[in-house]
Amino acid sequence: MESTPNYNEKVVRQFAVATVVWGVVGMLVGVWIAAQLIWPALNFDTAWLSYGRLRPLHTNAVIFAFGGSALFATSYWVVQRTCGVRLISDRLAAFTFWGWQTVIVAAAITLPLGLTQAKEYAELEWPIALLIAVVWVAYAYVFFGTIFIRKVKHIYVANWFYGAFIIAVAVLHIVNNLVIPVGLTKSYPVYAGAVDAMVQWWYGHNAVGFFLTAGFLGMMYYFVPKQADRPIYSYRLSIVHFWALISIYMWAGPHHLHYTALPEWGQSLGMVFSIILLAPSWGGMINGIMTLKGAWYKLRDDPILKFLIVSLSFYGMATFEGPMMSIKTVNALSHYTDWTIGHVHAGALGWVAFITYGAIYFLIPRLYGKASMYSVRAIEWHFWISTIGVVLYIAAMWIAGVMQGLMWRAVNDDGTLTYTFMESLVATYPYYMVRLLGGLIFFIGMLIMAWNVWMTMRPEKKDLTQASQEAKPVQEA
Amino acid sequence: MSSAWSWYISIIVVANILACVWLIRWTQKKRPGEARPDETTGHSWDGLTELNQPMPRWWLWLFYGTIVWGLIYLVLYPGLGAFPGLLGWSQYSQYDEEVEQMEAEVAPLFARYAEMDFLELARHEEAMQTGRRLFANNCAVCHGTDGGGRPGFPDLTDDDWKWGGDPEQVHHSILEGRQGIMPPLGDALGEDGVEAVTAYVFHLNDRDAPEELVEAGRGLFSQQCAACHGQDGKGNQAMGAPNLTNDTWVYGGSREAIERSIREGREAEMPGQENILGADRVHLLTAYVLSLSMDTRDNGAEAPDGDE
Ligand code: HEC
Ligand code: HEC
Ligand code: HEM
Ligand code: HEM
Repeated sequence: MESTPNYNEKVVRQFAVATVVWGVVGMLVGVWIAAQLIWPALNFDTAWLSYGRLRPLHTNAVIFAFGGSALFATSYWVVQRTCGVRLISDRLAAFTFWGWQTVIVAAAITLPLGLTQAKEYAELEWPIALLIAVVWVAYAYVFFGTIFIRKVKHIYVANWFYGAFIIAVAVLHIVNNLVIPVGLTKSYPVYAGAVDAMVQWWYGHNAVGFFLTAGFLGMMYYFVPKQADRPIYSYRLSIVHFWALISIYMWAGPHHLHYTALPEWGQSLGMVFSIILLAPSWGGMINGIMTLKGAWYKLRDDPILKFLIVSLSFYGMATFEGPMMSIKTVNALSHYTDWTIGHVHAGALGWVAFITYGAIYFLIPRLYGKASMYSVRAIEWHFWISTIGVVLYIAAMWIAGVMQGLMWRAVNDDGTLTYTFMESLVATYPYYMVRLLGGLIFFIGMLIMAWNVWMTMRPEKKDLTQASQEAKPVQEA
Repeated sequence: MSSAWSWYISIIVVANILACVWLIRWTQKKRPGEARPDETTGHSWDGLTELNQPMPRWWLWLFYGTIVWGLIYLVLYPGLGAFPGLLGWSQYSQYDEEVEQMEAEVAPLFARYAEMDFLELARHEEAMQTGRRLFANNCAVCHGTDGGGRPGFPDLTDDDWKWGGDPEQVHHSILEGRQGIMPPLGDALGEDGVEAVTAYVFHLNDRDAPEELVEAGRGLFSQQCAACHGQDGKGNQAMGAPNLTNDTWVYGGSREAIERSIREGREAEMPGQENILGADRVHLLTAYVLSLSMDTRDNGAEAPDGDE
């Protein structure tokens, strides 16, 4: 075998471990707020433990800390290996790690304090938003710089997706955070009214489209063929679905603002482009799943591959559901209900978390010089436990959502509403219980992973004592 | 939208959609010397390769189908800049039509109820079921599902009325709303004064309070409070000043709550429903509110409140 370049694995290791740590934290908060929706007293009458402050903590922790660290870890791993060179700058890479962790810690402090811009997924106040922008520019430099100095002629498809994700998030983040500061912890957006709403959901939807989709598709394009040891199914499909996906996603934001003060042409475009988005989204799913063509048997006893492939089915499900929900008549039923929450977590748990689990299980042994994870059986357990958790979570939210939508619109002969809001809430409690159970199970899976990663990372005691005599020759073999 | 903007947005929308069609056709093209479908394209990254399979046919049809559907939608509905769409549909007209249609269906019913006397209506079972649902969806947020009130929001089931319990007065409260203001008197009275007047209010309710404080409070009360709450403290329904002698409280009867009412004042707003629910539904709701306190009324014939 050719000598492998001296890759920067330190920053990958750091981000991989951060992924697991923030996964545990973010999901714990998720379980906590799921419980608060049933037992509001769990806020202990403490402002910083109240639902309104913990909810953004949950979303920021799972999306930007857990998902973000996973994207950093995998993109740094992938870009080095598919370009055949070490990262262009170790110092800037280290800066992105410590900078990003600072952002996360700052978020974990300011959100419970109630400091927020009150824009969903863009809550962090301007000093933190500024730090994000700086870290992101460094990230872009490291990533594109490494591509620039690559030793391989063509740019691998995973890098297209990572690249699109990095550029789009930079643009989205900056445009949606144009504010006028009136102090260290308070600012006002430069936009007003419907324009502000539109900018926010242009951002919000593309946070989904580029952060939670394009970036993770980049992950998919490396780890699925790698773990399956098969070529990517279709080069042509990857070209079409890449360009279609990134151009169409940009228009779909207004489906978050159906039947609002947003001008109707905007709403219609959001809906039309969401429908057209179905095929490009499924292109990624097809390309991933069909990569297994002729090697399906590998799924039977490889839990990592199970995570990766099942994540693609959830991706397909969420991207079918999304276009349906963006149809105005369907949205009239689904909006404001727990159906949206079900859709979110079909994508977030089934797709984002599953593919992250697969990628991290792939990386950890390689990063720590082990042949495999400490316990492959534990991965198998994690897989089945998480699957049960997701299914309970999203099934409960679908039923609850449709039920709420139907109850809210039910009208009597005399024109009065059949149900009060309270009645719909009371009817939702059983489903909140099921969701809590599903979330708790999913969280337990995350704990199993954390334990497994810890055991794999641990230097083996035996090795240590014998290191001086034996370890060296073994490594060279 | 100016027509320049309208053209601008329409053109990039259509261009983006058509670009997808072009992209598909361009990618589909066979190129001389390219790999067979089951061969790899010849590139390799970290051991990863790609096959040159064609795009699945069903997937292409799905893609084309959504594009055609999208274009048809944009012709029929508002979407291309200022072009309103051939169907002339808008969310506002749909809303207006639906509301109008529903109103046309139910208005006669409420009009019929509106002709009935309040107390007669209050005993009309079917009407009261409608009233209960109206109340649950429009009033319960503040007054509670059972109308029993919550701190700051008066109980509508007892015989203690801030603005009067006669059918006409209740009707007025709902139709036009009420705004009660108790001015903050902490500055005028001083902390000792607040304590003394509070003791006097305790005394008015036959509660225990230190004698000397009650005496000090008595004078202050007639200077500072009687104008609104009356010399005897029994309130004045004309200005919504509540009766302070029946040990029934909107803001709570603890010493702290009463002192707060006096020191910092209170403000209450009952939103008038004339422009929200309309006169006919307010008529029915008045009857419903009266029905909640029926047991406090003499045979339901007359409101017992009214101290004068
Ligand atoms: C936003 C909260 C709110 C809503 C909604 C509301 N109310 Fe009120 N209501 C109040 C408050 C506050 C008062 C006390 C006003 C005052 O003291 O000046 C009040 C007073 C009243 C009174 C007079 C009570 C008295 O003691 O004289 C009646 C009757 C009443 N409301 C009926 C209704 C009905 C019927 C509805 C539904 C159509 C309704 N309210 C909706 C807040 C509300
Ligand atoms: C300008 C008229 C006015 C004066 C003067 C006034 N009040 Fe009031 N008071 C009101 C009104 C009106 C309310 C009802 C406010 C509301 O519902 O928000 C009220 C409410 C109260 C309440 C709360 C009752 C409850 O049910 O919780 C107390 C206690 C009270 N007043 C005591 C006093 C005392 C003691 C004084 C003299 C020191 C005083 N008020 C002077 C008009 C007045
Ligand atoms: C143990 C796992 C999890 C549990 C129990 C959980 C629970 C919750 C709860 C209770 C809410 C609030 C719902 C509401 O307001 O009604 C929520 C919102 C949200 N969660 Fe999770 N969550 C989990 C994992 C995740 C993960 C891994 C992600 C993303 C990668 C995620 C992304 C989100 C998002 C984006 C929202 C906001 C949705 C919206 O506003 O529509 N969650 N979650
Ligand atoms: C073709 C792809 C998709 C389309 C067209 C789509 C469409 C939609 C629609 C219509 C809503 C509801 C808006 C509302 O009523 O408020 C929604 C909400 C949401 N979707 Fe998707 N979706 C897609 C894929 C995904 C994926 C893959 C994920 C996650 C990984 C995701 C995450 C979310 C989130 C987080 C929300 C909640 C936003 C909020 O209100 O806070 N979506 N999506």
